[in-house]
Amino acid sequence: MTVFLVSAISIATVLLYGCVGEIITEKAGHLNLGIPGIMCMGTAGGCLGTSLYMSVAHENPSWLLLILISLVFAFLFAAALGGVYALLTVTLRCNQNITGLAITIFGSGATDFLMSFVDRTHFDPAGKLFSSALPFAESLGDFGAIVFGHGAFVYLAIAVALVCAFVLNKTRVGLHLRAVGESPATADAAGINVTAYKYVAILIGSGIAGLGGFYYIMDYIKGSWENAGIIEAFGWLAIALVIFVLWKPHLGILGAFLFGGCYIVAFVLANVTSTQKEIIKMLPYVITIVVLIVTSIFDNKENQPPASLGLPYFREDR
Amino acid sequence: MENQQTKQAQVKKEPFFRLVKRDTLPIGTVVLIYAIAIVGSLLVSSLICSAFSDKNPLQFFASLFGGAFGSSRRIWLLLQDTALLLGVAVALVPAFKMKFWNLGGNGQILVSCLAAVACMYYLGGKIPEFLLIILMTLVSILAGAIWGVLPAIFKALFNTNESLFTLMLNYIASGLVAMFITIWVKSGSGVLYPLPNGHFPELFGNKYLLTIIVFFVLAALMFVYLKYTKQGYEISVVGDSPNTAKYIGIDVKKVIIRTMIISGALCGVVGLFVAGSIEHTVSTASANNMGFTAIMATWLAAFNPLIMMGTCGFITFVDKGMVEVRSAFGFTNDSIANIVIGLVYFCVIACSFFITYRVVLRKPLFKLGKNKTEGEGEV
Repeated sequence: MTVFLVSAISIATVLLYGCVGEIITEKAGHLNLGIPGIMCMGTAGGCLGTSLYMSVAHENPSWLLLILISLVFAFLFAAALGGVYALLTVTLRCNQNITGLAITIFGSGATDFLMSFVDRTHFDPAGKLFSSALPFAESLGDFGAIVFGHGAFVYLAIAVALVCAFVLNKTRVGLHLRAVGESPATADAAGINVTAYKYVAILIGSGIAGLGGFYYIMDYIKGSWENAGIIEAFGWLAIALVIFVLWKPHLGILGAFLFGGCYIVAFVLANVTSTQKEIIKMLPYVITIVVLIVTSIFDNKENQPPASLGLPYFREDR
Repeated sequence: MENQQTKQAQVKKEPFFRLVKRDTLPIGTVVLIYAIAIVGSLLVSSLICSAFSDKNPLQFFASLFGGAFGSSRRIWLLLQDTALLLGVAVALVPAFKMKFWNLGGNGQILVSCLAAVACMYYLGGKIPEFLLIILMTLVSILAGAIWGVLPAIFKALFNTNESLFTLMLNYIASGLVAMFITIWVKSGSGVLYPLPNGHFPELFGNKYLLTIIVFFVLAALMFVYLKYTKQGYEISVVGDSPNTAKYIGIDVKKVIIRTMIISGALCGVVGLFVAGSIEHTVSTASANNMGFTAIMATWLAAFNPLIMMGTCGFITFVDKGMVEVRSAFGFTNDSIANIVIGLVYFCVIACSFFITYRVVLRKPLFKLGKNKTEGEGEV
C-alpha cells in the first residue's frame, strides 16, 4: 500500500506540472496541444543542466545548486519551445491545433536527439540527490514515507499549483488573464495588453509543464533514458487532466493523484491478469470523457472551458 | 493616475506596423510562398543534419530523394503510404470543413483495424475467404463510424468539446488494442503475428495497387461530394457560420452527426486496408500516427481533396527520405526525422500568416518607387 501511494504521488507530480502549465495556457485562450512535446523539451533541458553541473561538481555536488540549475534549464528549454508556439499562434495567428501537433512532433524528436548527446555518467548520484527526502521522513515509518519521503520537485509542484490557483482567482493579474481567455476583444477594450498576457501565460505555462517531464526522468526513474515516448504519453494525460479538474489548479492536485493512482495501480496490483491491467489503464481517459460530457450537459458557466479557447484574436475582426 | 495614463496615450505614436487582412491571393503567389517555405526549411534541415555528421548538405538531398525514389519497390511503397495517408486525410476533411476538430483519426483507424483483425482471428479458415473479406469490410467500417459518431452526438446535443473528446478516444482505442492482444496472444509477448486468412487480393500481381487505386478514387469522390452535392454545401455552411445554417433551415445537428459517420467510416476503410492488405495484424502502433499527420495534410491543402494528393505525397516523401538520410548520416535513432518534419511544419504553418494578413509598416523601409508606398512583409 505504501509503495502504491508513493508511486501514485510521483506520477501525480508529473501530471500536475503538465496540467498546471496547460491550465495557465488555456486560461489565456490557447489550447496548447504541444504540451507533450514541451514536456519532453523540458526533460532534455533539465538533463543537460544536470549533466553540465555534475561534470563540474561530481565529487561533491551541492543539493541546492543541482536542483536550481537543472530547474532553470528545464524551465528555459520548455519555455523556448513554448515561445515558438506563442510566436506562431499569438503573433502569426496560426491554427492552434495544427501548431500544437507540430510542436509535439518537433519536441519529442528534438528531445531524443539532444538526449543522445547528454553525458549521463553521473546521473545515478544526481538522481539520488533529486529524490533525497526530508531527513526525518524515515523515522516516521509509512506516514513519513508517504508525506515527507519525496524529492523537492513534488512539494514544488503542489506549491506551484496552489500559487497558480491563488493568482488566477484572487489577484488582478489573474482576473485579466481570465478575461483574455474568455473574451480578448472585451479585455482589449478594457485596456489589457492581450498579446503580452498571452505570451507571458504561454511561456510560464510551458516552463512549468517542462518541469514535469524532467521530474519523471531524474527523480522517478533516476536518470535512465529510453526515448521521449513515455513523457509524450504523460503530456496527453495531463491535457485530459485539465478537463477533468475543470480548469482549476487546486483541484488539479487531487485529480493528478487520482489519475496517478489509476495509472500505477495496474503495475502494483499482483493478482490481476494482463487483460484487466489494460482495462484499468484506460480508466483515466474514460473518466475524462464522462467529465467532459457531464460538464457540457450541465452547462454551468463556472465549469466551462475558457470561451475563446482555440480562437485566434485579431483586433480588426468583427 | 488617470491623467497620467491619458498623457501616455497621447505621447504614444502610431504603432510601427499594423496588420491588415488580405483579400484572397492569386493561387500562383500562394504556391510560391509555400514553395519558398518548404525549400527553405529543407535547406535548414540539411545544414542541421550535416552539422552533426561528416556529410555535406548535398548528400542530404541525395539521400532524401534516394530514400523515397531509389528503387521501384521504394516508389511503390511511397505510393502506397501516400494512398493510406490520403485515405485518412479524405476521411478528416469533411469534419474539418465543418470546423469539427476530429483529432481522433488514430483511434478511428485503430478500432477498425482491430475489428477487421478480430474477424480474421475468430473466423479465419472457418468461412470462405470472400465472405471473410466482406465481413471484415462491414465490421471495420462500422467500428470506425461508431468511433467517429460518438463525439459527434455529444457535440450536436450538448456542444461537448470535440477535440478533447476525440483525443481521449485515441487512447481508449489503443487501450482496447492492447487489451485484445493480451487475450489473443497467450504467450504474453504482446505481439500478434500476421494472420494467414483474410488477405486482400493482389491486382495484376501487384500487392500495392489495390490500396493505391481505392484511396485515390475516394479522394476524387470526396472532391465531388464536397464541391457539387447538397450535403457538401451544407457542410461548408455549417463550418463557416452555424447561425446562417440554422436560419436557412439546415438541421445543424443532423449535418454534424451525418458528417462524422462518414468521417469515421472512411477512417475505418483505412484501418481495414492496414489490417487486410498491409500488416495482417494489429498493434497499438498500427495507426502509425496517420490521424495526426493527415491533419497537417488536409490543412496544408486548404481542405481540397485534390491538392491533398500532393500534400500527402510530400509528407510521405519527407518521411521515407529521412529514413535513408538517417542511415546514410549515421544517426542512431529516428528522432532526426521528427525534427525535420517539425521544422517543415513550422515554416509552412507560419506561411498561413503571410497568406491571410498583410503587414503594413508606418513608414516604408525603402523607397521603391512612387506606386509602392507600403512595405510588404512577405518572407
